[in-house]
Order: sequence, then structure tokens, then C-alpha cells
Amino acid sequence: MTAVETTPARTGGAKAALVTFSTRHASVLPTFAAIAILIVLLVGAQFQFGNFVSPGNMSALLYDNAHLLILAVGMTFVIVTAGIDLSVGSVMAFTGILGASLLTNGVPVWIAIPAMLVGGALIGLLIGVLVQQFDVQPFIASLAGLFLARGLAFVVSLSSIRIEDPVMDWLRTRFSVGGWYITPTGIIALLTVVVGAVIMHRTRFGRTVYAVGGSEQSARLMGLKVARTKVMVYVISGLCGGLAGLVLTAYSSAGYPRNGIGTELDVIAAVVIGGTLLAGGRGYVLGSLVGVLVFGTINTIISFMGADQSWTHIIVGALLLLFIVVQRAIVARSERGS
Amino acid sequence: MTTDTDVPALVEMRGITISFPGVLALDGVDFFLRPGEVHSLMGENGAGKSTLIKALTGVYAIDAGTITVAGARRSFESTADAQEAGISTVYQEVNLCANLSVGENVMLGHEPRSRGGIDWKAVHEQARGHLTSLGLELDTRSALASHSIAIQQLVAIARAMVLDAKVLILDEPTSSLDRGEVEQLFAVIRDLKEAGVAILFVSHFLDQVYEISDRITVLRNGKLVGEFPIDDLPRDALVTAMIGRELSDLAALSSVADREIPRDGAPVLRVSGLGRKGLLEPADLDVFPGEVVGIAGLLGSGRTELVRLLYGAERADSGTVEIAGESARIHSPRQAMAHGIALSSENRRAEGVVADLTVAENMILGVQAQRGWLRPVPKAERDAIVGEYMEALGVRPADPALPIGNLSGGNQQKVLLARWLATQPELLILDEPTRGIDVGAKADIQRKVAELSAQGLSVIFISSELEEVLRIAQRVVVMRDRRRIGELDSSDVDLDGLIDYIANADEGSVAR
Repeated sequence: MTAVETTPARTGGAKAALVTFSTRHASVLPTFAAIAILIVLLVGAQFQFGNFVSPGNMSALLYDNAHLLILAVGMTFVIVTAGIDLSVGSVMAFTGILGASLLTNGVPVWIAIPAMLVGGALIGLLIGVLVQQFDVQPFIASLAGLFLARGLAFVVSLSSIRIEDPVMDWLRTRFSVGGWYITPTGIIALLTVVVGAVIMHRTRFGRTVYAVGGSEQSARLMGLKVARTKVMVYVISGLCGGLAGLVLTAYSSAGYPRNGIGTELDVIAAVVIGGTLLAGGRGYVLGSLVGVLVFGTINTIISFMGADQSWTHIIVGALLLLFIVVQRAIVARSERGS
Repeated sequence: MTTDTDVPALVEMRGITISFPGVLALDGVDFFLRPGEVHSLMGENGAGKSTLIKALTGVYAIDAGTITVAGARRSFESTADAQEAGISTVYQEVNLCANLSVGENVMLGHEPRSRGGIDWKAVHEQARGHLTSLGLELDTRSALASHSIAIQQLVAIARAMVLDAKVLILDEPTSSLDRGEVEQLFAVIRDLKEAGVAILFVSHFLDQVYEISDRITVLRNGKLVGEFPIDDLPRDALVTAMIGRELSDLAALSSVADREIPRDGAPVLRVSGLGRKGLLEPADLDVFPGEVVGIAGLLGSGRTELVRLLYGAERADSGTVEIAGESARIHSPRQAMAHGIALSSENRRAEGVVADLTVAENMILGVQAQRGWLRPVPKAERDAIVGEYMEALGVRPADPALPIGNLSGGNQQKVLLARWLATQPELLILDEPTRGIDVGAKADIQRKVAELSAQGLSVIFISSELEEVLRIAQRVVVMRDRRRIGELDSSDVDLDGLIDYIANADEGSVAR
């Protein structure tokens, strides 16, 4: 028997190394591009404003965007299976107002917080079942989830509910070292990223998520648990919605039924900028972290400039367009083969 | 070498019946598979081969009958159930995930785990081990998509070994492999056979079936014809059993290739120096009226690329195309169609049929595209076209209202042929029109091509089966490594000569 193909690696030379890299890791390139953009943004802003990359500012980046980061982790799971979850902003609002309402009605915090998480997960389960069992387009199923969650939020309360609870207060206490600080909400967000990345890369469930996004038909014929996986990604996204609701409520010390209108789109934008392919099969939770940081940095730069916040959306929109084009090019190239 | 009939069967399928709306796909079929044998399942398209395999792999539920594996009665709800019972399948169309690495595709769902989750080092080590046992040296960390279809097929077989399959089903595994790769695959199959694996082999290459099989089961129209030890079933008997008629049909075609084509007038198509960097080196091609020009070469030799470039499906960066003596600019399939060129793609599933539409709708697509969407085809005209071609090509089942996805590959191919014939082309390009289809449908398609060319239609015919190319083409253009290496008159060359030419001919030499 003769060897059909030789390994391009180990033949030495920078070019061979490059070939090896491109056959192995073409899907990481968009994430590297996002990191490059983040660095350019930070360095540029530092030159422009002089005091941009400061401990306070960088700490605030995590503090202000913790809820976005949590939602982005859940969204990454869904988008990698080639799905979409439009409900996350509303789920965050619903679980937030639900928690606030429970707490002000004297329900102990150790019941209120699990109730928020379960509430989010249940809406995710509903979307997942619609997608998997009833073969509804993810766009439509999660749109139904969006309306349901937003409606439920208004059922709980039509107006903002302030909360005064020691645990919720503790969640936004700042642990400082020098000018840097981190809050429990920030730690929760970072933990979510770590747990998400571990599930995606080190569990069979996570690998099935990628397989489903690559080719659902193949995944099924390979004997993978496709149905369970597709439902689970929406449950995870819903759970992240509940967690984001908790974090946002602690951050603003109030529940508000109009929270997070349009946030799902910010989240999707951040995930795509972070290198996850909307067509599914490729993407990284850590990439989504970078995507959220890019999004947050643009926001901060706009407010430093004193410009209107609507510019954030224009710039993010332009970046999104750029990234989708770059991704198309990379995918087209890798499909053509080496 | 034949296995002993006394060995108890590992898989016993008895009285299997499956019906789809309007079709009785399997009618009380019995099938037995013994350990350590290679058992070929033969039959025409639509005979029920695929259906039987899908019943055994848990893709389809059976309406009646029993499946027993290793003495235990089984009912499979899903592929996972079948794999659980030790049944693995390698499909004709590679069913792996192109977005993942080679190693991961081999191990997916069976990744070795340590305390920290999946142990990636072990994943790649084990994958490399399985691939090496197939004689494959691959970078297991490279993306699957960066490898050829043939390599991907072997990766799929490596995956089946991971599952430690007792039963391995190979459904047309060789349709996209070259000779060396087939030999390699057969060596692997023999090893597995020695190890006691029961192998169900499906191929439309009779040579391969006779080379590797111990036993043959023949199906026809969803019914069992019989089970035969290989030595008791000569080829002509097999073909007769499969199609229920004599094979003389194919032999009668051989006169077609010898037909004299006057080549003094203007060619229907003259291609000069057509190429595109990285895809095809500049190539020439002439086609005269009523001529069938074959394009021969291995998979990836540039034969498909050449016709896609001249059809405008890919943009050329050099060369000119003349149609009937006049220079033509073809930048899109639409323009090609306007010049009377039709192309039926080699990729039936992705670029041919629209699976959810009916047979009639699929057939009419070409004519509709020609007319433009503003002018729908009147129902009477549509029915006339559909009726004419259903009849002329013998599409089975003869129900134009059936979704085309329910038809067998050979019948889908007939519908595609009808689609393009209905547009009344001057030049018909057929890329692998007979891949993965049975002898009967193959003969029907070849006969139709011969008949049409005798009436003056020019045809470019691409096929991996060189016998077929020699049988119906008057002239054969040979490609290798994305380059046209020459052309042969098919009356001057036999099969061995053509194979030798493809393998060894010097660049630029034109044997005429």
C-alpha cells in the first residue's frame, strides 16, 4: 500500500508552515482579524484622547458590557449550529423584571435568582422544541420567543421596579487593585465565557454543535445526537438570557420591561465580528469575547468624542458588513481547497 | 473464495416491506449477511438497493418484516441505533463535516476523554492510527475540506473502523476513486473480511463486484430475484437477472462510435486556448455537427472545468469560443443557453435536480429558463413536453406528479436529460450522466445520445467509464492534471490503449 498524501508539515520551510496553518486553521482568521481591529481601535483612541487605555476605562469595558458578553456566549452556540436566536434581548428584560418583582414581593433571593435562570431556559426550550420538533425556521421560532418574553415582561410590570437587596448590591461591588476593578457581574460574565469555551471545545456535545452546523444531514448519519443538540443550544441561549437578566438588573439596580430592545442585534453583530460564521459550523466563544470588546470599545470611543450614540450603530454596521465579506472570502478560499 | 452457507448469518432480514406514497419500494425481501463475507447487492436503479440499505441503517422504518442482528431481533429508530448494533455505513456522497478536521471527522462522537474533557492529543493519535491502517498518511489536524473527495471517502471508511463495526455497508464507495485508490480500498476490505467483518458492497462497476465479492443478492423492482455464490453467476446471467432482458442492447451501440463524421464544414463549437489560472491550462476543442466528442481523464483532470468554462459557469481568463463559425462571448450559463448550448452537471444532487419539485416541474425548468419568468409555459405545451420525454426516456415510475427526490438516481438522470433536450440545444454537454446508475438506465441514456447524434445533435460526453466513452464517442479528448494532453479517434484505440494514453502519453503528442 502506498501513501496517498503526505503531510505538508515537517517538510520544513516557512512556506510549508504557512500551508499547514492555512489547511488547519483557516477558520481562526476572522477572529484574528477581530483582535487586530480591537488593537487598532485601542491604540488609535489612546493617541487621539491620550487617556483612553486607562485602568478605569478598561475595567468599565467589562463592567458595562457584562450582560452583552453573557448573551454573546449563548448566541455563539446557536449561530454555530446555523441557527439564530432573536429572543435574547427580551428574555433578558423578562427575567430581569421577573427577578425584581419577586424580590420586592419578599421572595428570598435564593429562590428569585434560580427562577430567573429557569425562566430564561424555559423560553429557550420552547424555541428549541419549535425548531427541532415542529421544523419551524429558527428566525421565526425565536421571533415568537421575542414577542412572548417581551409580553411576559409587561405582564409582570409596566414600569421600572427598583430593588434593594443585599445580594444584588453585592453583585456590583467593585474589587479594586490600583485603578483596576472588577465586579461579581464581570466575574460571572468571564466565567460564562470560560465554561462556554470548555463546553464547545472539550465536550462531545460541543463538537456535535459544530458538526450540526457543518452538515446536519452528515451529523445525523454519523449517529450523533442531532435533535438533542439543537434543542440544547436554544436552552443554553435562554439560560444565558436569564443570567444576563440577573447581571443587568444588578448593574442598574432595577428591573425595567423595556430593557434590551434591539440588544439581540447588537449581540449577533458582536458574535459575527468575533469570527463566527452566520452559516454555521465555524466560530469561537473566545472570538465572541473579542467581538463584544470591539463593540464596547466603539461605544466608549463615541462617548469620548461626545458624538451621538447612533454613530455606534453606523460604525458597527459598517464593521459587520466588512466582516461578513471577509468571512465569505475565507470560506470560499478554504472550500476551493489547497 | 466463497464463504460457507452453513455459517449462521450475522444479519437476517426477512420479509422486509417498505412503501412510499405511490411506490412499493421493497416487497417482502429477504437478505442474509454472514460474517467474513463480501456480499454485493445488485439491481437496477429503483430496484430497492438503497431502500434496503436504509432499512438496515435505521434511516427508514420498515412497514413489515424482521431484522435480526447477531441473533437478536432489532428495530432501528435512527442511525445511532444501527451503529449501536455494530452496523456502519459509508455512503456514496461523502457524509462528513467539511468544517471540521480530518481527525475529528474520524473520531466524532467517540472522542477519547480525560478528566479535562476531550483529549485532543489522543483524538489525533487514534485517528492517525486508523488512517494509517488504511495506508493513508494525512495531517489529521488539517481541515477535511482541504482534501479531495477520494480522500474524504477513505476518511469515512476510517470512521467506520472506529465504530468497531461488525457489519460494514459500502454504498457505491468507489464511484469517485481512481484505480490506485480502489486497490487500496479493496486491500482494506480484504483485511476486514479476514477479521470477520460482514461487508455489504454496492457498486455499479461489475469488474469490482466480481473482483471483491463472495456472494451476490439481486433485486429487481423491489423484489428479491435471488442470492447466488459468485461462481454460480456469470456476468451475463447477473445482468439478465438485474434487468430481466438480454444485454445485447449495449453491444448494439458499438456501431455508433464508428460512424463517419464529415469534419470539413464549420464546427458547431470551436474553443481555442480556453483556460483559467489555477483551474485549467488553455485548451482547444472542436465539435462538429452530429458528432459525439468524449472527454476522458481521471477525476480532477480538468474535464469538468473545461466544459464549465465554455458554458460560462466559471469565468475564463483566456481563450475564445466560436459557435457555428461566429465568435461568441459566454459569461454566464444563460448566454450559453441562448447560443444553444446545454450542460447537465456531474453533480446531480446539488446542481441538477430540485428535490422538492415534481418530475414534471424539474423537466420543464430548462424551457422555462429559456423563455424567462414573465412567460410561463402554457399547461398544454408543458404536458406535451413532459409526456413526450417521459415516454421517450422511459422514466419510472411514470408519474410526472411525483417529487423527483422519490426517484432513483438513474431516473433522476433521465429527467435531467429530458430537461435539456426540451430546450432543443445545438450542443448538449453531459458531465458524468451515468455515474452511480444501473446498467438498464445507462443503456437507455447511451441509446438516446446515440440516436440524437445520428439526427444531427452535437454532444460532449464526459465519463469516468472509459468503455462507455469509447462506445459512443467518435473522438476522445484526453485530459490530465488540468491540461488537455491530446485526442484520439475512438476507432483507432481500444480500452487498454486509451488507459495507457491517459496514464503515459507525452504532453503535446497527438495520436490520430
